[in-house]
Amino acid sequence: MPIINYVTHDGNQFEAEVEVGKTVMEGATENMIDGILAECGGACSCATCHCYVDEKWVQVVGNADGIEKEMLEVVNEPKESSRLSCQITVTEEMDGLVVHLPESQY
Amino acid sequence: MSEVCVIIGASHAAAQLSASLRTEGWEGEILVIGDEAYLPYHRPPLSKTFLSGEKSIEDIQIRPAAFYEKQNIQFRLNTRVESIDRNKKSLTLEGGEIISYSKLALCTGSKPRVLPLEGSQLPGVHYLRNAADIEAIQKDIAPGKKAVIVGGGYIGLETAAALRKLGLEVTVLEMMDRVLQRVTAPEISAFYHRVHTEEGVDIKTGTAIRAIEGNGKAERVVLSDQSQLDADVVIIGAGIVPNTELAEKAGLKVDNGILVDEQARTEDPDIVAAGDCTNFPNPLLGQRMRLESVPNAMEQSRSAAASICGKEKVYAAQPWFWSDQYDMKLQIAGLSQDYDQVVIRGDYEQGRSFVAWYLKDGKVLAADCVNRGKEFMTAKKLIQSGVEVDASKLADDTVDPKELLQ
Repeated sequence: MPIINYVTHDGNQFEAEVEVGKTVMEGATENMIDGILAECGGACSCATCHCYVDEKWVQVVGNADGIEKEMLEVVNEPKESSRLSCQITVTEEMDGLVVHLPESQY
Repeated sequence: MSEVCVIIGASHAAAQLSASLRTEGWEGEILVIGDEAYLPYHRPPLSKTFLSGEKSIEDIQIRPAAFYEKQNIQFRLNTRVESIDRNKKSLTLEGGEIISYSKLALCTGSKPRVLPLEGSQLPGVHYLRNAADIEAIQKDIAPGKKAVIVGGGYIGLETAAALRKLGLEVTVLEMMDRVLQRVTAPEISAFYHRVHTEEGVDIKTGTAIRAIEGNGKAERVVLSDQSQLDADVVIIGAGIVPNTELAEKAGLKVDNGILVDEQARTEDPDIVAAGDCTNFPNPLLGQRMRLESVPNAMEQSRSAAASICGKEKVYAAQPWFWSDQYDMKLQIAGLSQDYDQVVIRGDYEQGRSFVAWYLKDGKVLAADCVNRGKEFMTAKKLIQSGVEVDASKLADDTVDPKELLQ
């Protein structure tokens, strides 16, 4: 099972095994990792599961588009590597993925 | 003896509350009692991808069984609670079994408003609230069949969209002059009316249903003007009412929901309540309210869990909602009540992407955003900041929403 690394804004790192086909958001909520609220439960409606994909992984994960991209433009502190973690479906290739969680989740 | 927190209800609020109890440091037992057959699942997909068959019950589970096992959260499903004895701090289950609690959380949710309608007991007539309701509806639908939906609210319209996708002929009956009358401005109603018509739904506004008729099953509906419509399946979406009976019987105060404070506490120090079933003061809006929404259930539950653990976490959030229909994502920020101006950005008369901003005294109170993620996020921030905005900029599609925040 791929291992996803969640790094909080203050530098704590949590590792979670996340099944292929689940999302990076689900990996966090199912492992009690704070910093991802996911108020809409993965419907790409709330932007409370914002994360930054570590630069080494941006190519593998890909960029946001559509309404996800639109919402990300107005989150607090958007970056090139911003994604909504509910829209990242875990694949075998993502084993070892590192995502950084923003200080304020909004 | 170890402490036990019992949660009555097993939906969004219970899923969040049980998890948050562990985050807040609750070390005792956690027992969730639910009257449905399933672990907590996401309700919004019921009228959308679950009804259309794209998603299974496993797909829409909020968290997998392994999560609850790991967190030592126990479930009693298919179980109804008959009564609460606050003096003895115990519950009586249907069948007579008694369960003691140290702390109790009421997450009883809501149920469909039942219409006193002749023929509503006939097979083929459904309400829509639970996964089991959808499973029953699925047995009655097939391409080409005729569906009549009673109620042009969000549930009715989402169901219409899902059934069109499955190839049914769909009619929506709305008693009021326009769909979504209770919750949106006339422009939004006109927009959804047009889009559903374009998608092949027949919407009849100003039309009430008088009766459902048929020989052993629903075959037609009789309308207020005495005309009749053929119907293989009738789905009633006439709003919901909070499940407050248990609380009321236990002597807790109830007024359009179980009365709680801004930390989800009832007047009983050992009982909290969260979700659709509560009536709470929103400190941001300075008024009491009852909300029917997932974000409300989740956020209030975080506060309730903290209260159970003796901590203080005030629930103060701007309400927001969403509704997916066809290729449209509607995101609603804030509550559109008592507004004095509606400003439209985009083309609601022909397009499928626009915003209705609701203003009061020049400030944004709420916004209905159709396929407008950027404006939705902007609206949330504008509502929160409470600054006056230039209405002409809100209306001007060439102005980047981010500029509105400066």
